[in-house]
Amino acid sequence: MADDKPAQADYDLRTRALVSVLTRKGLVDPAAMDAVVEYHERQVGPHIGAGLVARSWVDPDYRRRLLADARAVAREENVTGFQSTDLVAVANTPSVHNLVVCTLCSCYPWSVLGLPPTWYKDSAYRARAVIEPRNVLREFGLDLDDEVEVRVWDSTAEVRYLVIPQRPPGTDGMSVEQLTALVTRDSMIGAETLAVSGQK
Amino acid sequence: MGGRDKLARLSLLSREAEDPPFAEPWQAQAFAVVVELIESGRLTQEEWSQRLSAELRAAEGRGEYDTGERYYVHWLAALERLTVDREITAWNELAEEREATRMHDHHRRDEQLKSP
Repeated sequence: MADDKPAQADYDLRTRALVSVLTRKGLVDPAAMDAVVEYHERQVGPHIGAGLVARSWVDPDYRRRLLADARAVAREENVTGFQSTDLVAVANTPSVHNLVVCTLCSCYPWSVLGLPPTWYKDSAYRARAVIEPRNVLREFGLDLDDEVEVRVWDSTAEVRYLVIPQRPPGTDGMSVEQLTALVTRDSMIGAETLAVSGQK
Repeated sequence: MGGRDKLARLSLLSREAEDPPFAEPWQAQAFAVVVELIESGRLTQEEWSQRLSAELRAAEGRGEYDTGERYYVHWLAALERLTVDREITAWNELAEEREATRMHDHHRRDEQLKSP
């Protein structure tokens, strides 16, 4: 960790002071805040997005609806926490690879992926993903064929993106539950693929 | 845009490093305050995104590239500025509250050391 203990103690003090002031003024409720943390640490996570992806692999109609209006489909699955934010699903194909970034800050589809990983919030990723996505992907260990088009989606406060990775080969006959377990968080950001075929 | 050029040469963080969502409890608290303010309609996603990105840009302008670890430091700074700009609180009120919290902590520690 870059920060030493005294700095952490200072951030802790600043946060507690701010929370005290806001609580006194009735703007936040510490009990509700605890519930928010609990929810984001334990309940919401990539397994939610993985479930949507897995179903889209086995059900073409579901896939069509997910691509047309991911927010509506997620709502049907009782995924909440969208506020005013739209959710858009983009599908990887043998000829298109999608990568999600937030160049401004760290907008991320919290409701379906949980909290963003550290590398996603990193300045280097935020700057470079739009400038040279192929190099970024290569550094992540994903060497795409030249014919594969890379599409970079810059998230905003209004729109968040979910990548539907390609279904890996050799998974015929697997149940939705089994498939869900194969879908990784990073594959739904576009930082990795689950497929072996189509890429070197 | 010189900062961006420098950023373009920074190496990416490893995707292997699996860290907990919050490295320190205060980060979770600062996160939860923002979620609460958004959920209660007092803050929009748009405004928060603008404020956080302004804080991140300012830090990058100072050459403090965010390695992800400092992310919530900027988050906290953006949140403090928001509450002051909205006149929910003032910098001196926050400073007084910090001092009161610090005194309270000292007092509690003294009490605990005294108890058998």
